[in-house]
Amino acid sequence: MSLRRKYMFIPHTNATSARLGRLTSYAVHRVALTLLLGLGGCSTGVLAPAGRVARAENVILLDALAIMLAIVIPTLIATLAIAWWFRASNRKARYRPNFAYSGRIELIVWSIPTLVILFLGGVIWIGSHQLDPGNPLPADRKALDVQVVSLDWKWLFIYPGQDVASVNRLVVPAGVPVHFSLTSASVMNVFFVPRLGSMIYTMNRMVTQLHLQTDGPGEFFGESAQFSGDGFPYMTFSVSAVPEAQFTGWVAKAHGSGAVLDAAAYAELSRQSVSAQPFTYRHLAFDVFEAIVSQKLPPGPGPESRSATPVASLRPTS
Amino acid sequence: MFGKLSWSAIPWDQPIPLTAAALVVLAIVVTLAWVLIKGYGSYLWHEWITSVDHKRIGVMYISLALLMLFRGFIDAVMMRSQQALAFHANGYLPPEHYDQIFSAHGTIMIFFAAMPFVIGLMNFVVPLQLGVRDVAFPTLNSTGFWLTATGAMLVNISLVVGEFARTGWLVYPPLSELRYSPGVGVDYYLWAVQISGIGTLMTGINFVTTILKTRAPGMSYTRMPMFCWTALASSLLIVAAFPVLTATLAMLILDRYVGFHFFTNEAGGNMMMFVNLIWTWGHPEVYILVLPAFGVFSEVVATFSGKPLFGYRSMVIATMFICLVSFTVWMHHFFTMGAGADVNAVFGIATSIIAVGTGVKIYNWLFTMYGGRVRFTTPMLWSVGFIVTFVIGGMTGVLLAVPPADFQLHNSMFLVAHFHNVIIAGVLFGAFAGLTYWFPKAWGFRLHEGWGKAAFWFSITGFYVTFVPLYVAGLLGMTRRLQRYDVPEWRPWVLAAGIGVAITACGLACQIIQLIVSVRRRSELRDLTGDPWDGRSLEWATASPPPVFNFAVLPDVRGEEPYWEIKQRAMETQQLADEPRYEPLEVPRNSPTGFITAFFATVMGFAMIWHIWWLAILGLVAAYVVFVWFAWRDVAHYEIPVEEVARLDRARRRAREEWLAAHARVGEPA
Repeated sequence: MSLRRKYMFIPHTNATSARLGRLTSYAVHRVALTLLLGLGGCSTGVLAPAGRVARAENVILLDALAIMLAIVIPTLIATLAIAWWFRASNRKARYRPNFAYSGRIELIVWSIPTLVILFLGGVIWIGSHQLDPGNPLPADRKALDVQVVSLDWKWLFIYPGQDVASVNRLVVPAGVPVHFSLTSASVMNVFFVPRLGSMIYTMNRMVTQLHLQTDGPGEFFGESAQFSGDGFPYMTFSVSAVPEAQFTGWVAKAHGSGAVLDAAAYAELSRQSVSAQPFTYRHLAFDVFEAIVSQKLPPGPGPESRSATPVASLRPTS
Repeated sequence: MFGKLSWSAIPWDQPIPLTAAALVVLAIVVTLAWVLIKGYGSYLWHEWITSVDHKRIGVMYISLALLMLFRGFIDAVMMRSQQALAFHANGYLPPEHYDQIFSAHGTIMIFFAAMPFVIGLMNFVVPLQLGVRDVAFPTLNSTGFWLTATGAMLVNISLVVGEFARTGWLVYPPLSELRYSPGVGVDYYLWAVQISGIGTLMTGINFVTTILKTRAPGMSYTRMPMFCWTALASSLLIVAAFPVLTATLAMLILDRYVGFHFFTNEAGGNMMMFVNLIWTWGHPEVYILVLPAFGVFSEVVATFSGKPLFGYRSMVIATMFICLVSFTVWMHHFFTMGAGADVNAVFGIATSIIAVGTGVKIYNWLFTMYGGRVRFTTPMLWSVGFIVTFVIGGMTGVLLAVPPADFQLHNSMFLVAHFHNVIIAGVLFGAFAGLTYWFPKAWGFRLHEGWGKAAFWFSITGFYVTFVPLYVAGLLGMTRRLQRYDVPEWRPWVLAAGIGVAITACGLACQIIQLIVSVRRRSELRDLTGDPWDGRSLEWATASPPPVFNFAVLPDVRGEEPYWEIKQRAMETQQLADEPRYEPLEVPRNSPTGFITAFFATVMGFAMIWHIWWLAILGLVAAYVVFVWFAWRDVAHYEIPVEEVARLDRARRRAREEWLAAHARVGEPA
């Protein structure tokens, strides 16, 4: 039995919105497929950056590679050349059976890697500080706040400012910095959109910070990069960067359909399942993210549902 | 009565593990029957199982390693074939099975293939190179081996009875906590690794003591062969790092068994603690494995270049430098946890600093070949293949040590390709080089060169065809441990990696054929001199296989390459040194302590896994009693009469005299 069928998660939405969701999802997939085919094999992955963070990380990746290749390639050639030239059958090679020490060579031997690492150390220090995932991105407008929760085995994206939430589909305005606060409802996961840059862990009772920004509209593949159990391969999500007007439209549409994310809906969501289709919640009954972090909403129940009843004291706060 | 254990623990409904298990059980039964019918039982018991001879223990370690390498490779084949099939599909392995396979693959390869291989080489070689008769604590040595075997056994029992962990080989909580992994899989992992970890710690203590306290007269620290230095560094790391592993896993055991909250989500537990602690052990572990392999390459490259190791002192400093710095880099395994820029930068720089030590080593091997007469035997091929491949693996490693680059590559197939690049090219190539190099010392005949070379070429080709595509898949954003995937760009690279595994399998087949062919044709591959490669260190100064006491008279060490100097003197004077005055020798008596302790440790581990408390207590008490009983022994040694010592050594001297005469005719050393 396929895991998807075994753990199928069926959201509490009405039929119309489900159909709409499927249609949108279909359209999105068509767009994505066309893009991928159009751009060829290089249109995915970390070498095809589609955001400023990924691009900066790419530069560092390629710089570090170039610095090292400058030493590595000569070393490889020298290794093969020396081994071949000094083969036992080559009588032209001079046999120096006692050549086992040379101060000058020792100096060079220690200097080459030391200098490379000194240089690279600078790259590491500066790069780590400039590209720390917690650094806000410089921009003339306020970043969009998105709260990310990894669940068994789907992603919940909460938009506190917009009062909506989305499962397995992240919609952001293109070219606008996004500030992610991330946590986990159960086990560890890693939030990762390869073409946008920096991945980051999600951990229960802890919040990590990440700032990303897309260059422009596009569809991107997102995944978990930390094994989290049997449903792990289904923890993929799509990222849609859309023009701002379209984003507002998406929020409005989300307000008009789907269920309210309250304690009961969350309890259902936090059970082990995989989601066949992305879907949205029209309203946050309370500060869900804070409740997950502070464990007012209990951690995911795992394979044996021990805490079947959601915390009853949680009531809508707004 | 039997805790959680019942007939439902056996996977009757899953044909793959059931068939595999049935075949293994059948193979064991047939082997046992064959041993008993042929009457080899007594020989095995007296000469191997109860042996405390470091050479025999070394051979048993390596046999265990080869067996487990085979098992781990089958896991690898299943993983690669599953991923080849699992594009838009479920493949043939459901997640609950696939997840066990990659967890078992990592656990088996690190703890029960790589570790025993490296420790086996250390066991066999170190006392011979130091010019001594045994390790400091022979019975402890035997116990260490049998406890390692216990761990391997428990992991393999999980194939038939119950399940293995479905969490990855480092069982990160909270996934490995009772709430998310209620089955026995994680418990199998915990007890297997705990018990074998105690065995490894014993070995570490034993080798630190042996190297620091028992060396031949005249062998100062700066005259120790490079392999002994790396073995010392590795043993020091074992002594410092394995208690951390034991303590960390003990905390997880407390969480799982008695409701503690070290790493749980609830009650103030913190999984970050586990991740930090496990890598405090985990990163030194990498060097525990690779440093002895560096030692092997140092010996092999020097011997087959016909030159001393270039820059010996530099090599020693680089080794001890790596040994120290390896404890300051663990956090690079989780840069993406959000620790902050300063922390990430410090650990990134510390990590790349290790590359200085490794770089120095690479250049020194290069200059060892420079001016030499390089003989491309199988061990030398593994070594040159290692240098080339390891440089690439080191480079991708430093790349991953740059935090912003790691933010894009962490946990990806790029990472998977990187650590296989260093562990296969470093540890495994080193192990194979060492195996081929010292095999004639252990058995008195060489391994077949043709099949050895074929194994090398298949293995290195297979390695590149497997892992270069996985580097690319990682750059395309493919993460590790996927039971299935839907991204079309990954597929060609995953398929290519599958072809690579098939090529590697040919290499493995060549290794097995090499062993069989060599044993069948041992008379023509026989080496009577004890020095088949024109070696330079003391292990070649004794017969092959060495007598139980190693050296009739302890050698007198006067330089860095004692045996090379002895040979030079013999060739100058055209005669061997004068016959020494032989004396009767005391050697340690065999002891079943290790085997019986390990038997009860297996019982205890199995009982703990299945919550059979009375049996666990029984096993623990019995294992302890065996040790106490051993401590009260009256006779620890037996004497080898002087005639026997003289007879064996005179036979060796005759062979060396013939060799000397032959080379006097040719007029130059081999």
